[in-house]
Amino acid sequence: MSTPVTLTDAELREVALSRQEYDLGVRLLGRETNRVELGILGAMWSEHCGYKNSRPLLGMFPTEGPEVLQGPGENAGAVRLGGGLAAVFKVESHNHPSAIEPYQGAATGVGGIVRDIFTMGARPVALLNSLRFGPPDEPNNRRLLSGVVRGVGDYGNSLGIPTVGGEVGFSASYRGNPLVNAMCVGVAPADGLVRGLAGEPGNVLLLVGADTGRDGIHGATFASVDDPHASHKGVIQVGNPFLEKLLMEACLELLGSPHVVGMQDLGAAGLTSSSVECAGRTGSGVDIDVSRVSRRETGMTPYEVMLSESQERMLLVVRPDGVDAVREVFEKWDLHSDVIGQVTADGTLRVRDGVEVVCELPIRLLIEDVPRYTREGKPSAQLLERRERDITPLAASVDLPVEEQLLRLLASPNIGSKRWVWEQYDHTIGTSTVLGPGSADAALMRVRQTGEGMAVVMDCNSRYCLLDPYSGGMGAVVEAVRNLACVGAKPLGLTNCLNFGNPEKPEVYWHLKESIRGMSDACRALGIPVVSGNVSLYNESEDEAVNPTPVVGMVGSLPDASKSVGIGFKEGSDVYLLSGGGQPTLGASEWLAVLTGEEAGMPPMPDLDAAARLHDVLRTGIRDGWIQSAHDVSEGGLAVALAECCIAGDVGLATSEWSTGADPVELFGEGHGRVVISVHAQVSEEDLAARIGDSARWERLGRAEGKHLMLGKAAPIPVSSLSEAYESVLP
Amino acid sequence: MKVGVVTFPGSNGDTDCIETLKLVEGCEPQLIWHKSTDLMGADALILPGGFAHGDYLRPGSIAQFSPVMREVARFAASGGPVLGICNGFQVLTEAGLLPGALLRNQYILFHCAWTHVRVSSNRSPWLEGVEEGTVLRMAVAHGQGNYFADTETRRRLVEQGQVAFEYCDPEGNTSGESNHNGSVDSIAGVTNEAGNILGMMPHPERSSDPLLGSADGRVLFESLVRSMAAGAVGR
Amino acid sequence: MSLWLGRVTVIPKPSVNDPQGLAVLDGLHALGFSEVEQVRVGRHIDVRLDAEGAEEAEARLCQMCETLLANTLIESYEVQVQPVQEGAAV
Repeated sequence: MSTPVTLTDAELREVALSRQEYDLGVRLLGRETNRVELGILGAMWSEHCGYKNSRPLLGMFPTEGPEVLQGPGENAGAVRLGGGLAAVFKVESHNHPSAIEPYQGAATGVGGIVRDIFTMGARPVALLNSLRFGPPDEPNNRRLLSGVVRGVGDYGNSLGIPTVGGEVGFSASYRGNPLVNAMCVGVAPADGLVRGLAGEPGNVLLLVGADTGRDGIHGATFASVDDPHASHKGVIQVGNPFLEKLLMEACLELLGSPHVVGMQDLGAAGLTSSSVECAGRTGSGVDIDVSRVSRRETGMTPYEVMLSESQERMLLVVRPDGVDAVREVFEKWDLHSDVIGQVTADGTLRVRDGVEVVCELPIRLLIEDVPRYTREGKPSAQLLERRERDITPLAASVDLPVEEQLLRLLASPNIGSKRWVWEQYDHTIGTSTVLGPGSADAALMRVRQTGEGMAVVMDCNSRYCLLDPYSGGMGAVVEAVRNLACVGAKPLGLTNCLNFGNPEKPEVYWHLKESIRGMSDACRALGIPVVSGNVSLYNESEDEAVNPTPVVGMVGSLPDASKSVGIGFKEGSDVYLLSGGGQPTLGASEWLAVLTGEEAGMPPMPDLDAAARLHDVLRTGIRDGWIQSAHDVSEGGLAVALAECCIAGDVGLATSEWSTGADPVELFGEGHGRVVISVHAQVSEEDLAARIGDSARWERLGRAEGKHLMLGKAAPIPVSSLSEAYESVLP
Repeated sequence: MKVGVVTFPGSNGDTDCIETLKLVEGCEPQLIWHKSTDLMGADALILPGGFAHGDYLRPGSIAQFSPVMREVARFAASGGPVLGICNGFQVLTEAGLLPGALLRNQYILFHCAWTHVRVSSNRSPWLEGVEEGTVLRMAVAHGQGNYFADTETRRRLVEQGQVAFEYCDPEGNTSGESNHNGSVDSIAGVTNEAGNILGMMPHPERSSDPLLGSADGRVLFESLVRSMAAGAVGR
Repeated sequence: MSLWLGRVTVIPKPSVNDPQGLAVLDGLHALGFSEVEQVRVGRHIDVRLDAEGAEEAEARLCQMCETLLANTLIESYEVQVQPVQEGAAV
């Protein structure tokens, strides 16, 4: 082992360790580290791998439930579907790499999350993504948007996994730091899930896939400091979706092989974190010889090999007598594999370079001894002022005809059509997409083996979370459940991606903590387990944090995929508004932001009990066939929801008895717990009243017919004008 | 009837073809690995969509060197029905089995949408019995589907009834708007002179189930079964 | 001012992963060109431009590379300049 060194502050910064953390490491280890060990310690103790700021808060999430097959801590979570199958899913961020190189950053983000899913033994069947950028009228934000979208598309399209849903949002807070969160959902036999386990001493470590290069060294630490541009070093990772496709097919071919003990993909901190995690889960150690790792370039040091984040690599733990059989499968797919080490019994990560031992660290130090920080959070006075501001005079200052207000909202970046985005994603491959992008509140996949419907969605309103993280976090969960209910599905489990700024700032920590508390309370009340997730902190540029963005990814199911509905009105049906609790408000609304330029006021508070009853009505009505379309009222309020139903159904709405005024709260106010449905004309109002009972309030708005949207007393608006405004936003 | 579906490394439409063919009466689909030189007694072949060999250099350019391609060429030369879908079409043009080439889409970007195509000529076992002028609703999903052939080749294609499909609107009219990728003369699919090899950018296998948006594409597979049963395809 | 032909070559930087190069390498091996050790795939761009002299043409082309023609995070570029005879085809 090389001689211990005394470290400068700059050297510690490079591995994202504070002096105190380093001293703690030395004390626990009983000696100073060498350079290789320092790099490994820094990576494993980074926020990205070690969750040192977020772990204590993540304990609030409910993670158990009768349908949970795998909770947090593995490569992905899993819940039970029908027919002996499991849905395996997770979301992950690639924010910092995408800020630097949007195309490759986004592409490799998709690659990473897909590996997490097939690593669990599941065939990936759907991709979603949640993207956030600065205002799209600024050239740099457009460059980032188009690069990220192409990157997401090219990678997923090549793999043959449909990208079926997600969201794209814009706000000035994301200007220097876009958010790129990718979610993947796979299907596996419930009894055939594969874990990242090291197992018995003597098991062999097989590194498969791409050769190792100098790309992405320090990616994990780079994701754990403030400014992506200021802190970026090293070689940009370039994805190879073709190689990933081969890797995926080969790994899936190995399912059920008696020789494979565990699988783990190489993501952040590369070989280091993958081997340490495998060993940590079974309390074993690992012995790795870096000289056996195939390199893409010459002259790489052990440090570089251990911390490289070269893409499209997998670590397999194989029983010693099965190595040849396993390698044969990889050879069929023209994939290279190296035996790089073995599992040991001594609980140590030992790295050799040929005969020389270059690292010897206890696994425990790298996993269990990660420092944990519990901080004091506090909102700033400015933020409190903003949310407590009386927005009534502001709202009253808007002096435009209702139809003009609606058209402006439809043509605004957050509400306008994202067709330009999702047409770049292959969403029909896999012959399972029943409801794809633009047609429904959640994407609906048919499970090939059983005909069951699997609904998937991603949601987060970051303006709500900025102004009130508790109700905002709750709202993200409730909106996801409502979206699932709008296609007829009940929720099975949740994954999340918590995108926040620097948690060392009291306001950011407050946002983080309160959002998690809100999400947790909503999950408990609605009985939804959190089975996987990802935390991305330090999303800042020029010392400004991004809006708090705790993105929720949710998977639900319905027994028969063919018994589902989209958002488009069916011509000739009757249109009703269903409501379940909570008054709409213009606080934190899209209307206020678009028409007054202000993001202020208190966002709506969900009523969880009322929401649960409303969701039951929706699921029952859709299953029984009398609800023919359903769309939740969210950003832009009722008027926007109705416009979207008209556009999707290519039919107008003729109002009869509905005589709304021009009250912006009624037309554009936002709240949790309202849904626009169209109902078969044969169902009378009495009939409807009997079917709904006390579960929700309802109001008839009119009939889906003609070519105009009538909003009470406002001038009729041609559906073609609505479409034109809606489609005008991008590119 | 056995239908072989070739899997190149990077193919991703192979399973969709197999699953769709399972629903067509009289079809017995099977996968054929690209390194295989044995077509396992297939009566017809499909080269599926995807990104064979990563589509690097040019789509289809490296796939033509997969061992199975020699057998595909031999099978096609003896009159066996071959269908290239999307990337499979690109492979067939790169291999010289079909005329023309597929360039980057007019608007550069990958484009996934529902589109309509008109059957311009039914002179193929894959379209036998389908009335010319029939409009089919089909899924497209590609970045390089912009069909190109020089004027002389196009004249010959039209004369010999080798233009199988043209992009059109739901009423069957061709226009700049319906020609979403900028293909010359709105061409969406062509055959070889004999008609047994068909290449097309739209995906019939993704358009064979009403629950997924359209069942119009099934007509290709049903035509194949019919013409094979009638012994219309010589080998 | 006179007319110049800039020949721009853009190629992935040495440490950057080049999937396309790897695929072509495998393809060439499959065709029996076993002597091939490495392939890097880049692109070649011809630009015709007006400039006072070769130096200015080269400087402008470098600016074009920095801003559009190359992604300098992952690619390096080379520029060669030659005079164009008026009316000659490139």
